[in-house]
Amino acid sequence: MTVSETTMNQPVKTVPMLSVRGLQKIYKVPGGEVEAVRDLTFDLAEGELVCLVGPSGSGKTTLLKCISGLMEQTSGTVELNGSKVTGPPKSMAVVFQEYGRSLFPWMTVRANVELPLKNQKVPKAERAALVDAALKSVGLDHVPKSYPWQLSGGMQQRVAIARAVAYRPQVLLMDEPFAAVDAQTRADLEDLIRTIWKQLGVTILFVTHDIDESVYLGERVIVLSSSPTVVQEDLKIDLPEERDQLNTRALPRFMELRSHVYAEIQRAKLGPVTEQITAQRRASLK
Amino acid sequence: MSPLKRIAYFVGLPIVLIVLWYALSFGSTNFFVPKPIELAQTLWTTWIGDRFFEDVLPSLGRLAVGLFFAIGLGIVLGLLIGSTRWLRNLLEPLLEFFRAIPPPVLVPLLMLLIGVNDSMKVAVIISGAIWPVLLNTVEGVRAVDSVLNDSCRSYGIAGFARIRYFVLPAVTPQIMAGVRQSLSIGLILMVISEMFASSSGLGFTIVQFQRNFAIPEMWSGIVVLGLIGLGLAIIFQFVERRVLHWYHGLKEITHDS
Amino acid sequence: MRKQRSAAAGPKAKALGLGIGGIILFFLIWEAAPRLGLVSDRYLPPASEVLARLGQYLTEAAFWKDVADTMTSWALGLFIATVAAIVVGLIIGSSRFLRRATHTTIEFLRPIPSVALIPLAVLIFGTSIESTLLLVVYASFWQVLLQLLYGIADVDAVANDTAKSYGLGRLARVRYVIWPTALPYLMTGLRLAAAVALILAITAELIIGTPGLGKQIALTQSGGAISSMYALVLATGMIGVLINLGARIIEKRVLSWHPSVRGEVVL
Repeated sequence: MTVSETTMNQPVKTVPMLSVRGLQKIYKVPGGEVEAVRDLTFDLAEGELVCLVGPSGSGKTTLLKCISGLMEQTSGTVELNGSKVTGPPKSMAVVFQEYGRSLFPWMTVRANVELPLKNQKVPKAERAALVDAALKSVGLDHVPKSYPWQLSGGMQQRVAIARAVAYRPQVLLMDEPFAAVDAQTRADLEDLIRTIWKQLGVTILFVTHDIDESVYLGERVIVLSSSPTVVQEDLKIDLPEERDQLNTRALPRFMELRSHVYAEIQRAKLGPVTEQITAQRRASLK
Repeated sequence: MSPLKRIAYFVGLPIVLIVLWYALSFGSTNFFVPKPIELAQTLWTTWIGDRFFEDVLPSLGRLAVGLFFAIGLGIVLGLLIGSTRWLRNLLEPLLEFFRAIPPPVLVPLLMLLIGVNDSMKVAVIISGAIWPVLLNTVEGVRAVDSVLNDSCRSYGIAGFARIRYFVLPAVTPQIMAGVRQSLSIGLILMVISEMFASSSGLGFTIVQFQRNFAIPEMWSGIVVLGLIGLGLAIIFQFVERRVLHWYHGLKEITHDS
Repeated sequence: MRKQRSAAAGPKAKALGLGIGGIILFFLIWEAAPRLGLVSDRYLPPASEVLARLGQYLTEAAFWKDVADTMTSWALGLFIATVAAIVVGLIIGSSRFLRRATHTTIEFLRPIPSVALIPLAVLIFGTSIESTLLLVVYASFWQVLLQLLYGIADVDAVANDTAKSYGLGRLARVRYVIWPTALPYLMTGLRLAAAVALILAITAELIIGTPGLGKQIALTQSGGAISSMYALVLATGMIGVLINLGARIIEKRVLSWHPSVRGEVVL
């Protein structure tokens, strides 16, 4: 077979952990269609932390839902570790923006973190150890018996992160997880993500609309255009690996990158596609 | 509020009413109006003893069995119908119609189909009390939170685990609201199935008293029914607090902010 | 444009079609069961026979007289209960002292099943319409009163204090602050009471023998006019559906302006 021949002849090429090819999503709405995502192609290597940033309404959530298998794309493919994603894959975890609605209010913090493991039939002792470790890593080992709604927003999001961490996914998807928490909590949570990423070596795709956040967190930043979405730029973030809120954000290079992404996003907002979509919307409204 | 004041609020009006009742009926010779002490005595002599085992307990047993099946079937069928869209669309207008039929008309109907026996009375209770639980469950399943649903899917929680850990707890507030209605409908049906077609049971006995003009006994029967209603309400509240403590806590917090 | 609209109506029309299909399926099974001998047609006549009897009923003056009797007890009872509950509710609700003082008594009286009053009603009123009214009023009164009290408990303390600070008296506060807040709850109470009132009206007619559809059902059953009995049961179901629909429409109309989206506090 040609495939095996080429692999034999060429040096072993690693399969990307996550591969998105020509992804398109068209919604059917009453009175017509809306193209939310037009054509997206990008890869994530194993252990990468990549931020997706784009203007609001740029189909970020749609994209994430397609990648996580929660929604079917119109065309294009998503591959996880070489196999096609057709439904929510086992080795993927998602952290949603709406922390208040992604945790089960009738379960304690501990039970929330434990549930996916229980569902996977992980033995009890191992389960307990994983849950303890996960709660500890997000700094919540003191509240396992509380209910999520008794905690602050930031702490609830920590529970959701702990649940994902305990699950040991290969890929962690985060959909604007900090959009609804206050600024200080947000800074703490950003550092938490960096720490967890380094500890676990997990591949993270982090979606945000916050430019500073994307530059501070990511090893790479993918800038999206406004809807219908395409990749506007794929930018390497060459900041030192050790980052902290005070010093990293004060680095001249951080400022440069930040300004660059900012300019890109402004361009994305005004891009030629904008007119097209307005025309389309107008047509669909008729 | 001090405990003393709280107690005063709690028992104040009932005491005033009873005293008033006592005073007004003291010199009365009205045949229809019972006197408090007389009523208390009748309550004791009439219902404690054989009658308790022959009429009250069997009635309560039928009520318990009927409610058990009504609530159980209502939840199971509700989960099934609620989570299958075509089934829901197929059955919803029909179920709305069944819900709208006043349950008491089922008594003569089921009497015909089943005959006059215990199963008929239990069937009456089931077929009248099932609708609030069933329809509330269907409605609740339809409205489960989309983000929680996505969380479940992304962690591969499906099938029975999804029902047990996600759908059932999420629907419990609606189920409990339905159960509350089912309890009062069940009690009504227990009484009238015995009044309409029976030779024993609470409902039958009370009507017998009335027909024989045993007025104090009749009043005591009304009090017994009231006490059963009160007992059901207390049990319900107790269970509801336990099952839905998370829901009340959540509500309180969202109400404050 | 036309095409787009039909595309939007698609799923709804499909749901409606399935729903109608469900009803037809139900009647087909009902028709088949006695014809195939699964159930004796002495106890369950085929659907066509019952529907034919219902059609016949619709042309009979006596049937409409029964409907009128039932609906009169229903409407009158509901009206009396509502007025009484609003008056009592506003009086109790406008004072903290009364709210607290009446709490136990209400919690004690409310769960008493209204059918417990049947012997009393017979004793006092016999088989006249007042017997039905007693049951209907008692049962619906609590529905309306409780919802109204929930509503009044929901009155914004700040709004009430504001009204007080502008010198609004008790009556004016009831009119401008308490009433508007409690209105949505009142409508929920009315909707629940409307359904309960029908149940009790039919119950009284069935058990006591006061005039109306319920009495007729008892008569047809004991007289062995089985298809007539089933036809009357269908008729009460239809009245029930109409009452539910009507109550929901009125609730929506009256509350279309209201911003509150509340979870249903039932019973």
